Amino acid sequence: MELLKIQKIEKRFINHLALDDVNMTVPENSIYGLLGPNGAGKTTLIRIITRITAPDKGRIFLHGREMKPEDIHNIGYLPEERGLYKKMKVGEQALYLARLKGLSKRDALKKLKYWFDKFEMQAWWDKKVEELSKGMQQKVQFIITILHEPKLLIFDEPFSGFDPINANLLKQEILKLKKKGSTIIFSTHNMGSVEELCDHITLINNAKNLLEGPIDKIRHEYKSNIYEITFNGEYQKLESAIKEHYQIIEQKKINGYNGVRIKLLHQTNENELLSLIIPAVEIISFNEIIPSMNDVFIKAVNENKK
Amino acid sequence: MNKINLIISREYLTRVKKKSFIILTILGPVLFAALFIGPAWIASIEDTEMKNIAVLDSSGIFINKLPDADYIKFEYIADKSLNDVKKEFPESDYYAVLQILPSIPYEPSAVHLYSKKKASFSVKSHIASSMEKELKNKKLRSHGIDEAVLESIKSDVSIRTIQWTDDGEAKESSTEIAMAVGYAGGFMIYIFIFMFGAQVMRGVIEEKSSRIVEIIVSSAKPFQLMMGKIVGIALVGLTQFLLWIILTFLIVSGVKTAFFPELGTKNAQEVVVQDMFEDQDIKQVENMQPQNMDQFSGIFNSIKSIDFGVIIGSFIFFFLGGYLLYGSLFAAVGSAVDNEADTQQFMFPITIPLILGIFVMINAINTPDSPIAFWFSIIPFTSPIVMMVRIPFGVPYWELALSMGLLILTFLATTWMAGRIYRTGILMYGKKVNYKELWKWIRYKF
Repeated sequence: MELLKIQKIEKRFINHLALDDVNMTVPENSIYGLLGPNGAGKTTLIRIITRITAPDKGRIFLHGREMKPEDIHNIGYLPEERGLYKKMKVGEQALYLARLKGLSKRDALKKLKYWFDKFEMQAWWDKKVEELSKGMQQKVQFIITILHEPKLLIFDEPFSGFDPINANLLKQEILKLKKKGSTIIFSTHNMGSVEELCDHITLINNAKNLLEGPIDKIRHEYKSNIYEITFNGEYQKLESAIKEHYQIIEQKKINGYNGVRIKLLHQTNENELLSLIIPAVEIISFNEIIPSMNDVFIKAVNENKK
Repeated sequence: MNKINLIISREYLTRVKKKSFIILTILGPVLFAALFIGPAWIASIEDTEMKNIAVLDSSGIFINKLPDADYIKFEYIADKSLNDVKKEFPESDYYAVLQILPSIPYEPSAVHLYSKKKASFSVKSHIASSMEKELKNKKLRSHGIDEAVLESIKSDVSIRTIQWTDDGEAKESSTEIAMAVGYAGGFMIYIFIFMFGAQVMRGVIEEKSSRIVEIIVSSAKPFQLMMGKIVGIALVGLTQFLLWIILTFLIVSGVKTAFFPELGTKNAQEVVVQDMFEDQDIKQVENMQPQNMDQFSGIFNSIKSIDFGVIIGSFIFFFLGGYLLYGSLFAAVGSAVDNEADTQQFMFPITIPLILGIFVMINAINTPDSPIAFWFSIIPFTSPIVMMVRIPFGVPYWELALSMGLLILTFLATTWMAGRIYRTGILMYGKKVNYKELWKWIRYKF
């Protein structure tokens, strides 16, 4: 069942087309990666989902019915460029922003207390925001985003500005939120965290969807029939055994063993490859190389350029 | 609706709790009170001590002729020389010794005033004017004009202005008081629009540059945020205004009962006005009493004739109307720029009509019904300032209604326009914006 469905969204700014026929289906209770180069239109798409701006064309469905203005109470949004009132006290400000999201004062206070205790931030309550470090401010913003327990959470570069310990803490919290039933849209340029967290992704480039689907499926689609072999024995022997049918891309030491990367050519398969190698050298390991999201991203965007 | 209330209360509370607000709220009335009490105080400190002045008149013209004043008493000494008086002077209770030489009718400087301390200006001017009057009378008499004629020649002009209302009622009025009230009202609106309009602009820039705006507009509409800010700051302005009035009243009446119990319950304005007239009293001490009473009752009547309900009511209306009109423009300017330094180019068209309003106001004080005063009190961009000046002089209801109606329509229009600029502007960074761009934003479909 999908939580959010975006259909044929088009958005034109005065001088350029920001989104052109963009589609997106976010399954319920998943972490959905929204990827794309700078200026691809991600922020515009997020602003349309959060109803900050309206699309020129297209429809948005939440839970299978068309989205309504009140639905923003079911969305928590942490923008990439985010800030707080510098002169306002942390607690006062968190309470204000929580109440703007529709929480009652009592509920907001109760929940804020829970989170401030959990992140050990009680001492910050009466401090002015400008007295906090950037990382501390980000924590406060994170809490404000998730406080009203929205169905849909949108994080735009949530890890930027965090040290590894706090970034990990945040990662754990995001996974916990998913476990509790939230659906998360996650926009980032950090492909490592995409692989780690996301179930589905969409890649937007030049205002258009380039890729969409489950992350594993996409990575498999971008396989290029490359295998990595580590072995005991002479490299020349291996090379002469397979030379005519296969292409060796790379030769290197892997964990103290000899290693190679081999690309399968047409009308060959991994079993035939193995049957050629086995007589020549002693095989330690044999893996297919699944491209990283980083590779997929670069490849997809570059192909699109052509 | 709930959200806009939340926004209003945040805007209001954070500002009212600020130290600068509290300081200005307290300092304002102290300054006002000083303005009202100062002149009265200065006038009163001079003459609290009885001053006896010994008169040695060798011309014989002024014996028993110089009039005593509130704190000045003349004693005429006939049998002593200046040297004798000088010897006795340190032990005597004389404030000063006035020596008049026989040549006084022909020689103006034939008068000497000896005193230990420097003689005060008021004593000196009282003596000089009394002597001039006496000499003049003497000369007139020597030309054969008798006492009765002299008495009948004395003339004073004091115009009492009375307004006839349409229903035939006669109302005592005072042009000076109307001018003062109108000027104060118009000028205060000008100051308030600038002060609180700039606060709106700075608030918008703060939200934009701290980047909190995107967090807020994902929970509330940009228009709610803009209106919440404008209304919240308007309430701050009204709070400050009311606190000023209350505090000024308390300070003035407190100081008055503590230091000037004789002034009783008259209000601050009367103190000033009364002072003005006391000055004149000194110059025309004789037979002023009946007229004096007349004048005072005239002032009382004219102060009563100014309808403070109407003035405060229309002040609040024109302040709010003018502020809402300009406040939304200030908000639009704030949204279009990244920092305060970039506001210059857009501030210009906002500042011009306000300053024009002040110029017309100064003109309108003298001629409240001139065509220029009329038109500028109807045109919404200057009407809050100019109309405030005209109101104490009396403005026909249809003009007032037209001016107010146009003001309401215009602020609705500017708010609508500003709202459209605002919602695009607050999310736009790093772009040099010009008027053409703003026009596109206004027409931009969201």
